[in-house]
Amino acid sequence: MNIFLFGAFPYVAIIVFLIGTIWRYQNGYKYSSLSSQFLETKKLYLSSVPFHIGVLVILTGHFIGFLFPSLFTSIGGNSLVTFEIIALAFGFSAIVGLVSLIARRLQSDRLMVVTSKMDIFIELLLLAQFILGLWIAIELRWGSAWYGSVMVPYLWSIMTLHPDISSVSVMPAILQLHVFGGFLIIFMVPFSRFVHFLVAPFHYIPRSYQIVRWYWDKKSIRNTNTPWTVTPPENN
Amino acid sequence: MDVRSQMSMVFHLDKCIGCHTCTVACKNIWTDRKGAEYMWWNNVETKPGTGYPTKWEDQDIYKGGWEKNGSSIELKGAGKRKGLLNIFHNPNLPTIDDYYEPFTYKYLDLIESPQQDVQPVARPVSLITGKPIDIKMGPNWDDDLSGTPDFARNDPNMKVLSPAEQEAMFQLEKMAMYYLPRICNHCLNPACVASCPSGAIYKRGEDGVVLIDQSICRAWRMCVTACPYKKTYYNWSTGKSEKCLLCFPRIEVGEAPACMHSCVGRIRYLGVMLYDADKIEEVASSNDKDLIDNQMDIYLDPFDPKVIAAAKENGVADSTIKAAQESPIYKFVKEWKIALPLHAEFRTLPNLFYVPPMLPIMASVSEQASSDGSSLNSIAKHWDDKWLYDTSLDDIFGTIENMRLPLKYMANIFSAGDEDMIAGKLKKLMAIRIYRRHITVGDISEEKSNRALNAVNLTADEAEAIYRLTSLAKFEERFVIPAAHREQSIEMIESTADVKGSTGFGFLEKPTRGL
Repeated sequence: MNIFLFGAFPYVAIIVFLIGTIWRYQNGYKYSSLSSQFLETKKLYLSSVPFHIGVLVILTGHFIGFLFPSLFTSIGGNSLVTFEIIALAFGFSAIVGLVSLIARRLQSDRLMVVTSKMDIFIELLLLAQFILGLWIAIELRWGSAWYGSVMVPYLWSIMTLHPDISSVSVMPAILQLHVFGGFLIIFMVPFSRFVHFLVAPFHYIPRSYQIVRWYWDKKSIRNTNTPWTVTPPENN
Repeated sequence: MDVRSQMSMVFHLDKCIGCHTCTVACKNIWTDRKGAEYMWWNNVETKPGTGYPTKWEDQDIYKGGWEKNGSSIELKGAGKRKGLLNIFHNPNLPTIDDYYEPFTYKYLDLIESPQQDVQPVARPVSLITGKPIDIKMGPNWDDDLSGTPDFARNDPNMKVLSPAEQEAMFQLEKMAMYYLPRICNHCLNPACVASCPSGAIYKRGEDGVVLIDQSICRAWRMCVTACPYKKTYYNWSTGKSEKCLLCFPRIEVGEAPACMHSCVGRIRYLGVMLYDADKIEEVASSNDKDLIDNQMDIYLDPFDPKVIAAAKENGVADSTIKAAQESPIYKFVKEWKIALPLHAEFRTLPNLFYVPPMLPIMASVSEQASSDGSSLNSIAKHWDDKWLYDTSLDDIFGTIENMRLPLKYMANIFSAGDEDMIAGKLKKLMAIRIYRRHITVGDISEEKSNRALNAVNLTADEAEAIYRLTSLAKFEERFVIPAAHREQSIEMIESTADVKGSTGFGFLEKPTRGL
């Protein structure tokens, strides 16, 4: 069972993620954040902002720890406590945001019209994952210290295609669930609105403000030296 | 000089009768779909009034358009910094309640109701939730309601008037209104394009139509905030934004857009303007008082050999240059200078120009009061029309300063606050009227008619031409649409026989909501 959950499923999740997101992209139409702010805006402000900021900070923390495990293992004493308190605050922010997002959906007739079963499922999945994460942070102190030495080697073993599940299989159940939940979320990305994070508009920053599209190069069309550069297709 | 062509429009407000035929034509073709029910890419508003969405002109509320920042301009409510910081929640996004909750009636209840003592009724239901609602607002509920406290008195353009001036506007005898039909302006400096974090909105190089690429739109919804005219709409069902596309599939085959084609009053004109794209930023950043003059300068003379050469150099087709020379828009906007952009102070350089309305707001009322001081006939109980429009015109332009809607109010809408500018346009329109009255009715002397034309620097020929294009123009004169030559490019890529037998334009992707 552990071999499947921690040795095989991560690969299933990653492969499904890669193929699924590319398949879903096609022409890009199926990628949208599906914002519901147009139907309800006040509660969204109080829930979406803490949720997104909390998630982004916590995810970044996990990711930096994954890339540079030595950064956190060396933290000790008071600064470790401060660090964990800050991390916990963002975790709470994400949970509070998510709970109010769910409540917001359930309370509004208008929002229920644009709520799919998948929306509910991933909201509950995220909620479970957040609660597990918070539980781990409080119960199995100090996570930021042991994450680098216990979890990161496992994650790297997955990434380097030499899965070593020995450390995970002896971990407490809440941690195992959290790891499985993480890969389940990756697995679910192509099937849910999660995909919108893949198209986050960073390309807006270097872009010039105005965009003009030309459908054909009129200069070359008018140039009599190149009268017919495109070959008509066979079916024509 | 980077010469490009732009499909531009003129709406002649004196001719608009407020029938909403344009609106219905547009709705039937484009927005009769789930998620788009509340959208009216074309709508007709009554001025003074709050418009749709409510108070859209008030950028203190909606933060649309550009604002001057030093020597340059920046988006008021969106842009790279504000847009990305507000991506999880856009504080300036109008919601469905700022437009109205779309509704229908349960007509089937009328038919399927069992026999009972009372008549069955068709209850209104929301088109979003499908549940019964109390209808609070519709898309044109300020129609003809000038003077009412809820609509006319909340017109954002009234801010420039003193309370006394506002009160004067709404005296029963002075009350006036006119209609303001609106579509997307297909601006030269579109705020929606600039605000889109995904880069889904773009301006077509060939004809300047501004479109939203549905496959790139990710519902970051900044365009809805950025457009000061509120002409980009968020489809709450598909999670994509949509906007007026100037019926480009019709334009490409030489047909007028549906709203223009169906216009009963024939108020709409469509044609090509050549402009210098190098100057856009400079013009958009000019001072408020120069904004309109500078925008007029960006449009080039299509008869100037230098402009023609530069246009050809830039790949503008001969047919397009010819269309620009015959363009009714060029005549109204550049030659005769009687059309103005709507709210130029938003700095998007809109390409929809309005010939300002003259009647009934121009008509003054003679002070002929009834004997007992009331205008209600005491015996017959009907309104005595003793207050009459003054058409004696002793003083040629005397009525313009005293017109029913204050010049300041009109200037705030059409000339970025410049009262002299809008007065100048109205004087021209008045002079043409005097000239035509001299010709057709004959109760105005030739001397007086000439005096009027001279005062606004018009010749009799010009006045005649303006009159003809305004009143008698046929379809081909009102809509001068150049060949798009898309047929050549399309036939190179695919066989047109493959889509034979299909009607309409179809969908690239079925417009359903994603997962």
